[in-house]
Amino acid sequence: MPDLYDCLIIGAGPAGLSAGIYAGRARLNTLVFEKKQIGGQASLTWGLENYPGSVEDPTGPKITARMREQAEAFGAIMKHEEVKSVDLSGKIKKVITNKGTYEGKTVILAPGASHIRLGIPGEEEFTGKGVSYCATCDADFFTDLDVIVIGGGDSGLQEGLYLTKYCNSVTIVEMLPELRASKILQERAANNPKVKIITHTAVEKIEGQDLVEKVILKNMETGERTEMPVQGVFVFAGMKPDTDLFKGLVDMDQKGYIKVDEYMRTNVPGVFAAGDCRIKWLRQVVTAAADGAQAAVAAEQYISENFAE
Amino acid sequence: MIELNAQNFEQEVKNETSMPVLVDFWSEKCEKCMALMPEVEELEKKYEGKVKFGKIDAQKDRRFCWSLKVMSLPTFQLYKNGEKVEEITQDVTIDKIEEMINKNL
Ligand SMILES: Cc1cc2nc3c(=O)[nH]c(=O)nc-3n(C[C@H](O)[C@H](O)[C@H](O)COP(=O)(O)OP(=O)(O)OC[C@H]3O[C@@H](n4cnc5c(N)ncnc54)[C@H](O)[C@@H]3O)c2cc1C
Repeated sequence: MPDLYDCLIIGAGPAGLSAGIYAGRARLNTLVFEKKQIGGQASLTWGLENYPGSVEDPTGPKITARMREQAEAFGAIMKHEEVKSVDLSGKIKKVITNKGTYEGKTVILAPGASHIRLGIPGEEEFTGKGVSYCATCDADFFTDLDVIVIGGGDSGLQEGLYLTKYCNSVTIVEMLPELRASKILQERAANNPKVKIITHTAVEKIEGQDLVEKVILKNMETGERTEMPVQGVFVFAGMKPDTDLFKGLVDMDQKGYIKVDEYMRTNVPGVFAAGDCRIKWLRQVVTAAADGAQAAVAAEQYISENFAE
Repeated sequence: MIELNAQNFEQEVKNETSMPVLVDFWSEKCEKCMALMPEVEELEKKYEGKVKFGKIDAQKDRRFCWSLKVMSLPTFQLYKNGEKVEEITQDVTIDKIEEMINKNL
């Protein structure tokens, strides 16, 4: 192991793995840190039909496993470690994990994003007891049961459709007057007899004894409240960037998304950001992978300009 | 790690009084669970003789999981003298598991 790495990548989602592929090919000594599962959010969905080239039964786990293999084949090393803090101020950057301290010439921040909790009564109490944020993890438990999916965007519909393979019924609730999901998913949902869609409605409360038994819905137009018996509540109602560790160290917007230029450079020299963690308007696997590639190539260039032998 | 199921749970967990038992609920479809597994196995070695480690394949025994009030993966439960004393679910990291163990040693 070298004492000084060329490139330290934080997060092994599509952005970090793509950066790993490009950094490896540039023959940069590269580590990729991951605290959870390699592949990030993308490894938790059966979807991924829209990633170019992913035809014939693409699944998140399959595609991200290949990304990992590809990055490792080019020499990037995966470290199953959680980054606890970073020191980005000097020319040599430090990354401190639960297992050790690593020094690098460049750092690529690719921590991605995680689901938002709604903060409604019952949500916290019943997490793991019927409330879930991961359909592929938990669908089995809801075989032949009735579930509600909160969120009418792409993830809500995609994961809702996945759940129909197991559940008796899947009700998708969206707070806005209309669904936000892409048209193809809306068509599929409309044609699936197990799916029911309710718009302009919010889930106000989740209730039960030990496990979820029902939700209270509120019609946003009329204010009318209704009860709906369900055993499962799947929440896909938005994301937040996992950038708390880097607050005050690199420039961010108010929500915590990192500011970068078109080379994925943050305001700190030698520090780049890629993927869902940065300010942009389309947060998808394809854009995360694109960011990772650009960040790694920019890192390579930064090294040749600043660490001439 | 001992493979637990509805048949041996009583014997291996409920009747275990010599040390705490960590129960790992997992399935092959759960990527988060699969990523944690090797690290949990490392913990098992580290706490050998102090904590007993078991796992339940949720896909094989969904109803049994329901009866233990588990409807999400990954879930880790810690039992002491046959009683469940603590549980963590969903946003699980290896540090959180070790913390839970240390609190209950
Ligand atoms: C349910 C669902 C369905 C989706 N479906 C699609 C789809 O069909 N098509 C599509 O294009 N996109 C889809 N997306 C979006 C897509 O998954 C994301 O845009 C993409 O994964 C972002 O990649 P990323 O690498 O930026 O971040 P992430 O995938 O979030 O990966 C970041 C990684 O960094 C790790 N990390 C964070 N902090 C640390 C730390 N301190 N130390 C170590 N590791 C850390 C995290 O554990 C995570 O694994 C979906 C998302 C969800 C949730």
